[in-house]
Amino acid sequence: MQNVIFGINGPVVTVKGSTSLSMLETVYVGEKKLIGEVIKVDSDFTTIQVYEETASLKPGEPVVSTGMPMSVDLGPGIIGNIFDGIERPLTAMRDRFGAFIGRGADFSSLDGGKKYQVKMLVRDGDKLKGGDIFATCPETSVIEHRAMIPPALSGEIIEAVGDGEYTVNDVLARLRDSKGNVTELKLSQKWPIRNPRPVVGRLPAVKPLITGQRVIDSVFPIAKGGAAAIPGGFGTGKTMTQHQLAKWCDADIIIYVGCGERGNEMTQVLKEFSELTDPKSGKPLLERTVLIANTSNMPVAAREASIYTGITLAEYYRDMGYHTALMADSTSRWAEALREISGRLEEMPADEGFPAYLPSRLSEFYERSGYVKNLNGSEGSITLIGAVSPQGSDFSEPVTQNTKRFTRCFWALDKALAYARHYPAINWNNSYSEYLNDLSDWYSDNISPDFMKCREEICALLLEENSLMEIVKLIGADVLPDDQKLVIEIARVIRVGFLQQNAFHKDDTFVPIEKQYRMMDTILHLYRRSKEVVERQIPVSRIVSTGIFDRLVQMKYDIPNDSLDMFDSLNADIDSLIGEILR
Amino acid sequence: MIIRHLKLSEINGSLVALDNVKDASNEEIVSLELADGTKRLGRVVKIDGEKVTIQVFEGTRGLSMSNVTTTFTGTTMEIPLSPEILGRTFDGLCRPIDGLGEVFPDERRDVNGAPINPVSREYPRNFIQTGISSIDALATLIRGQKLPIFSGSGMKHNELAVQLVRQSTISDSGDFAIVFAAMGVKNDVAMYFKNSFRDANVMDRVVMLLNLANDPIIERIMTPKCALTIAEYLAFTLHKHVLVIMTDMTSYCEALREYSSSKGEIPGRKGFPGYLYSDLASLYERAGMIDGVEGSVTQIPILTMPNDDITHPIPDLTGYITEGQIVLDRGLDYKGIFPPVSVLPSLSRLMKDSIGEGFTREDHPTLANQLLATYAQVQDAKALASVIGEDELGAEDKLLIEFGKRFEERFINQGFGENRSITETLDLGWELLSMLPRNMLERVDDKTAEKYYKGQESKE
Repeated sequence: MQNVIFGINGPVVTVKGSTSLSMLETVYVGEKKLIGEVIKVDSDFTTIQVYEETASLKPGEPVVSTGMPMSVDLGPGIIGNIFDGIERPLTAMRDRFGAFIGRGADFSSLDGGKKYQVKMLVRDGDKLKGGDIFATCPETSVIEHRAMIPPALSGEIIEAVGDGEYTVNDVLARLRDSKGNVTELKLSQKWPIRNPRPVVGRLPAVKPLITGQRVIDSVFPIAKGGAAAIPGGFGTGKTMTQHQLAKWCDADIIIYVGCGERGNEMTQVLKEFSELTDPKSGKPLLERTVLIANTSNMPVAAREASIYTGITLAEYYRDMGYHTALMADSTSRWAEALREISGRLEEMPADEGFPAYLPSRLSEFYERSGYVKNLNGSEGSITLIGAVSPQGSDFSEPVTQNTKRFTRCFWALDKALAYARHYPAINWNNSYSEYLNDLSDWYSDNISPDFMKCREEICALLLEENSLMEIVKLIGADVLPDDQKLVIEIARVIRVGFLQQNAFHKDDTFVPIEKQYRMMDTILHLYRRSKEVVERQIPVSRIVSTGIFDRLVQMKYDIPNDSLDMFDSLNADIDSLIGEILR
Repeated sequence: MIIRHLKLSEINGSLVALDNVKDASNEEIVSLELADGTKRLGRVVKIDGEKVTIQVFEGTRGLSMSNVTTTFTGTTMEIPLSPEILGRTFDGLCRPIDGLGEVFPDERRDVNGAPINPVSREYPRNFIQTGISSIDALATLIRGQKLPIFSGSGMKHNELAVQLVRQSTISDSGDFAIVFAAMGVKNDVAMYFKNSFRDANVMDRVVMLLNLANDPIIERIMTPKCALTIAEYLAFTLHKHVLVIMTDMTSYCEALREYSSSKGEIPGRKGFPGYLYSDLASLYERAGMIDGVEGSVTQIPILTMPNDDITHPIPDLTGYITEGQIVLDRGLDYKGIFPPVSVLPSLSRLMKDSIGEGFTREDHPTLANQLLATYAQVQDAKALASVIGEDELGAEDKLLIEFGKRFEERFINQGFGENRSITETLDLGWELLSMLPRNMLERVDDKTAEKYYKGQESKE
């Protein structure tokens, strides 16, 4: 019996009567074959959410089953591409529909015509299990694609082809399992987006994701395999921060999910990333980046799917042994998509109209991050960085609160800092990172044994400034004793000279961790030496008038990233200046 | 064969329901004919088997279960378009109300539009000189941008919008057009805009859509969609540079809330429907430029913040979608400063790539950065002064207060007819900064300072 449409309400379509459709199955809806997913089945109705605009659908139009859950194609051709929320390539859509996005028709995600130079790693008779790599090919100039046996399969290789040029649809070998079933192996495979790909186990996350952003690397670091939230009202620079991280963090592969955000921003990323070069490889950043763009005016159901699509792609590359990072901008829009669909289903709302399952969906998503041992024995990681757009900049709203529970890094963006054009506007008083203890060994082994001590001193000074500012706000700075005036001066250097970072300056946009350490060290050096002066009852203004504080504020620009020995002479200058005052 | 349905099964607010409908499609337009021969339009919003829910644009007053004949038109909402629409005035559903007769269409277009493929977009980079210092220098308007004005009742947002229209050099070739959509504004406001367009001699380039405060509320939901469909036609088919002014978005959102609650939907914050964000995005995202196509759609939506509250859902969600905002401040307005632009929360997200060398002038980014940073310090100094009194302030803070005063009176404040070029604006900014000692200007590098800064090296 053919299934036909009964009711239509926005993106939600119902089919009457009991059907053979199964939960979370992908279906084609209507004459135009719009893509939909079954989200509820009972004896009276089957409910389907449609990933495209439903205008002009009619009751009576067919609903065709595909027998597959919502899945994405995984294979070479993903990197450097831009997809919509259900992995349809936007470039191919432009070629077919023109500048505006049309409806219906399914596109193959990967370019079936493109040939890859494949190197086979197996021969007939080899015994392989799920996750094992059987062939490799260069995907872009920096990423080697490693074709793997789908996780559930294992067996013996038969009919393996030789090295050569193949497309994603060519059969490279066959796999015969213990029961004699034969499966074709290709460069590509399918995977349902809502199921996490299996791994052997989790490993502790003890290596930092180096981002080149001082307030993150030195003050609130995140581990490879960690999860972080960036909440902030509009105009506080969430997207800018995400862009900076996507550009400069030291992951191998970046998945950037623009979930319900602005179209122009995605265009900007696309343009900028093809022009900028990766400091490590010297190749365009786009050669290690995947973009998923489901802008705010594209269908809401596909927005809901987009972050699952993103994380599935990330898991696929993690399984090959890469370190991946996923930026989701913004998870609030995803939560709103959940709310919108939940409302159409007339479910009982919880906090602020969000469905009761919001926390469990968020935790499922964030738990797909991690530093893991893969099925094939390699190690890989997914770092998740989710932007949150709290309504009315109120951090007590449900999405921010629940995200806080499942992430261990919280980079709170602050309106007041953004208004004063202090970027990145990460507020040092209410942000935190729970990875500090896990990462402290790495910092002492690789950067300097007293890195963590420096960080603590810097934070203590900022904290002290914060409480002093309360007094200054009431009675002015002039009445403070000199040692407290010194704290205020040095904290200004930390804020303006260290925390504030200029994304448009060629050296300051990305700062190596060694330089970050030397900057902290120099600031603290000045602090310690100035303290000696103050202890001798000499007023701070004597040091301020030498201009040394301003020199430290400018050191981020004055000292290039590759001439760190200039810090030695800066320290020597501090010593001679202070020595002169003390004399 | 056209089937006419003779009865309604339910009337609720602006919604009516019909039973036994066999061939309705989602979003289809229906025509409802009353017993006295008047016609109203409606749109299918929900289908449940043979029960169809219809939203009546002109409202359901006077409808009864039996006095209405309903005809399904078989198409979604489409409007007629041709180059002759320039200079015309329409109602909220794009029907002519200027007595010049129907439009003979070159083509008809679905008002819902389709999203622009992000791959096909061109990243907006062309600076529009508005002649208003606070906007040009600190929240630069870019062609293809959506930059709303956040205002409050009683503030001079209309005057600001008119000044923007009059002074904006939106196109290089002069081939520009203006689409003006009024939603729930008072009759005199619409008149004010009309007269201003006439005075500025642009009336033959303006398309006006008027849904005034006393017009049916449900029509209001379609007004911006019609306006933007016209704008897209003018921009991408006729290759003009189009400026769309939509006022007042608050009325639009309230109409949407009224419609949503009569439909029995689960409300989100402050009773607004959960999809308010998606709905607003489907309007604002229609601004932009297309790669390889001449023409652009620039949007200036105006919204009045209820109780001047920027965290209210309407300004809040708008700010998340648009590329910045121009916020008006009541304090400045009381001081008689026009335009009362509150520069700290105002922002243009696109300006970072479109100002500076090759676009405006090489010192523009530095100047903007420094002016805002210093003005933020002025606010701290003011807060301190309000506690301890201005006399007790340190020398630096006193200087800041003086700077703040001059900045507001000379830089932000300008006449309604005053059109400052970008060079004048930037020079004025440096003139003001030069009253501060060099060491207070942390954001200015030495090279720029040497060329533009005229103050003293240090106060000592």
